[in-house]
Amino acid sequence: MKYCAADYKSDQYVRWCPGCGDHAVLNVLHKAMAELGVAPHDTAVISGIGCSSRLPYYMNTYGFHTIHGRGGAVATGFKVANPKMTVWQVCGDGDGLAIGGNHFIHEVRRNVDLNVLMLNNKIYGLTKGQYSPTSDRGFVSKSSPYGTTEDPFIPAELVFGARGTFFARSIDVELKISQEVMVAAAKHKGCSVVEILQNCVIFNNGIHNYITDRATRAERTIHLVHGEKMLFGADMNKGIAQDGFGLKAVTLGEDGYTIDDVLVHDAHCQSNFLHQQLAMMDGHDLPLAIGVIRDVEALTYDQEVENQVAEVRAKKGLKSLRQLVLAGETWEVK
Amino acid sequence: MLEKTNVKVLDRVVVRFSGDSGDGMQLAGNIFSNVSAGVGNQISTFPDYPAEVRAPQGTLSGVSGFQVHIGKGVYTPGDKADVLVSMNPAALKQNVKFLKDGGVAIVDIDSFKKADLDKALYTTDEPYKEIGLKGEVVEVPMTTMVKAALADSGLDLKSVMKCKNMFALGLVCWLFDRPLESALHYLHNKFAKKPAIYEANAKVMQAGYDYGHNIHASVSTYRIESDAIRPGTYTDVNGNTATAWGLILASEKSGLPLFLGSYPITPATDILHELAKRKDLGVKACQMEDEIAGVCSAIGAAFAGNLAVTSTSGPGLALKGEGIGLAVMAELPLVIIDVQRGGPSTGLPTKTEQTDLRQALYGRNGESPLAVVAAASPTDCFNMAFEAARIAVEHMTPVVLLTDGFIANGSSAWRIPEDDEYPTIKPNFVKPEMLEQGWRPYMRNEETEVRYWAIPGTPGFQHRLGGLEKDYNTSAISTDPANHEKMVQARQKKIDLIARNIPDVEVQGNPDADTLLIGWGGTYGHLYTAVEELNNSGKPVAFAHFRYICPLPANTAEVISRYKRVIVAELNNGQFADYLQAKNPMTHIERINKVQGQPFLVQEIIDGVTKIMEA
Repeated sequence: MKYCAADYKSDQYVRWCPGCGDHAVLNVLHKAMAELGVAPHDTAVISGIGCSSRLPYYMNTYGFHTIHGRGGAVATGFKVANPKMTVWQVCGDGDGLAIGGNHFIHEVRRNVDLNVLMLNNKIYGLTKGQYSPTSDRGFVSKSSPYGTTEDPFIPAELVFGARGTFFARSIDVELKISQEVMVAAAKHKGCSVVEILQNCVIFNNGIHNYITDRATRAERTIHLVHGEKMLFGADMNKGIAQDGFGLKAVTLGEDGYTIDDVLVHDAHCQSNFLHQQLAMMDGHDLPLAIGVIRDVEALTYDQEVENQVAEVRAKKGLKSLRQLVLAGETWEVK
Repeated sequence: MLEKTNVKVLDRVVVRFSGDSGDGMQLAGNIFSNVSAGVGNQISTFPDYPAEVRAPQGTLSGVSGFQVHIGKGVYTPGDKADVLVSMNPAALKQNVKFLKDGGVAIVDIDSFKKADLDKALYTTDEPYKEIGLKGEVVEVPMTTMVKAALADSGLDLKSVMKCKNMFALGLVCWLFDRPLESALHYLHNKFAKKPAIYEANAKVMQAGYDYGHNIHASVSTYRIESDAIRPGTYTDVNGNTATAWGLILASEKSGLPLFLGSYPITPATDILHELAKRKDLGVKACQMEDEIAGVCSAIGAAFAGNLAVTSTSGPGLALKGEGIGLAVMAELPLVIIDVQRGGPSTGLPTKTEQTDLRQALYGRNGESPLAVVAAASPTDCFNMAFEAARIAVEHMTPVVLLTDGFIANGSSAWRIPEDDEYPTIKPNFVKPEMLEQGWRPYMRNEETEVRYWAIPGTPGFQHRLGGLEKDYNTSAISTDPANHEKMVQARQKKIDLIARNIPDVEVQGNPDADTLLIGWGGTYGHLYTAVEELNNSGKPVAFAHFRYICPLPANTAEVISRYKRVIVAELNNGQFADYLQAKNPMTHIERINKVQGQPFLVQEIIDGVTKIMEA
């Protein structure tokens, strides 16, 4: 059966602020689900607390709006209990990396087959404007009136630190790329983390402007596609080349650089060394990478639990608790 | 030669094995209780582990004990021991308080050298006197005898010394006239894959048994009366294993796959261990990254359509509070097992208490009622785990099952139930025709207030649950004041109505007495025995023991109103007494409380009740 985006949309009024980046993500998710074609009743969307975590109410799938930070743990239990479902988890930078940081690294480490959409707006919106674990050092907010005195997390670094098998990034305004990475995330078996840079129009308006500004976006971002040369720029005449143990941006035809010096993206490479370097590019010296950065195969937790149960059951051939207990030490009383 | 002329005939007897935590006292005690059960005795056992993982050998903090109560009318592991086996001076010093006046202490005299006494901080060279031992001491050169028995075995000294526990067991088997073949059978099963070790241990056990025949000392031997117990096939089970098995039966009886999300915590971890093994029965047991993930993964599994469980102890229950509140709000079935230990905070992790009752009843934000049940004994853990699951699934609610360290680690003989002894559990599933009737996720059964369960993957029943308040009619998010109150009352009424689906509380002892003793949970054995003894000694007492705590059985108020004097005995500062008092303001409730990390002694209950009756 074919599905269209509207099949995934609930009848609930969408309550995000006008102009919030979440609207775009929601619409793209409906489209990505239609493209994937998994039935709404075979899909679940699970979230924690925060603006982005309201998203399940706007889906005509199974959905669960849980408690702050715990979406990952709930989603893990859900997927293990019912592995046939396609499970999406939606979180923000606060929900996913502060209160839920522990569950986040462990779902990535276990490689539970979940698609995790992390909407990163570098602020707490629902509680009206406190700094988040992704806010830059010195960031001024209601809870940091003199600027923060701490360094932020870079979500990708946590994913690689937990030996994640899939990491992609997009920007709320890049609808096509967002859909592309969501579809890739769903197709990947394992914990697929998608970071979406998202604008909070009320409390952190323009936080990603350096990256998203239309005039300079082509120079400050690079869309990575597996098997293709890493080219960027308005004229697509710049590329990413190896520079010793690091990376550098080169301009074709300048300083003797040719297309042959430009790296070809390999998202399927088991080593995450270059993936991490690519994910750390921040748009300043090197363009911020969007698209699927890493996508490798590995055993998934939920499937391995399933396999182990099947294996042990076949080996022991037990049918019931009674059979198990009677096979142990027993005695008869007559 | 010792003649068995001095035979005492007893209804029941208590034996306590004590030694270093590496001395194998638990194994010796376990085999002894199994052998006794095999000859028709009732059994109740309790291990007493040291708090340290491995304290230095021979020191006071490294002593491990195992108490076995056998005979007729056995409901507890016994207050004090008739026979105490102590493998070293530290063990004797730590356990002498558990020996009855006039009891027998059997010691390995080879380990009572000056250095051993020093290690156990004795200050005189008269150890028995120093610790106030009031009984008979049988000094047995166990180390020498074990070495002699295994002189030709080719085993190294360390392996030889590991067999000492079996010498003690052999001697105790002789003392109580237990069949050695049966003990050897258990030993064989234990060391099935290590024939050389089995041979050595068997030889030593025989040597211990023979030593009993040959000693030139006089010691009373015992004949223990057997009980007429219900015919059937029996096994020995501890409370934690029984809990795990009760959940598995509930899974079979409901047709729902069993999921456990847990995190290791003393004294509940054995539930996780057992259910992890039971992948052979299809159980999915996940060790999560923390307590919160334990409950949250279980909530996810409940939403997905499993029989979902999380197991923990008091500190873990505190961490799970917010998650449990979510299950209250989302109205999902969830079993939360709290194996209570001494608190607050880290408290006394290896000791027992009943101090989590309030936390179970009230430990969440908002009006968040749920069901609470409590197991009365190691084998009752099976029943109440089953009941917790039945109530959770049939009433779409979280249910807290309270057990405690005492019944979780203690064991007794359990008759393996027949297939038809437990009811079918009927989940309140949605029915396909409900779609046309305008089904909504929080739509309720009018009689029970229970909402219907739609399992993800079912076409047409897609729905969203969450922690936000929902509209009573549409199930959409709602902040309407009147609606909120209506939902609060609906959730409360749903829990209250569970009373129709649980048995009445029974009155035991002498129902016509003026005095009613009330207990709940794991103190049943001690209270029951005390009530029996009180009634036998001409002090009439009725006894009501509660296993359904919230809601209370429907006849509770009526039962309480029948008695002039109502006493609640519990291992806390009066949590159940306060709860009952609030619900029965016209009755003055007296209290017997103990908060020492230890179970009641039967004598304490007898004394406490007598004092109140005579006041």
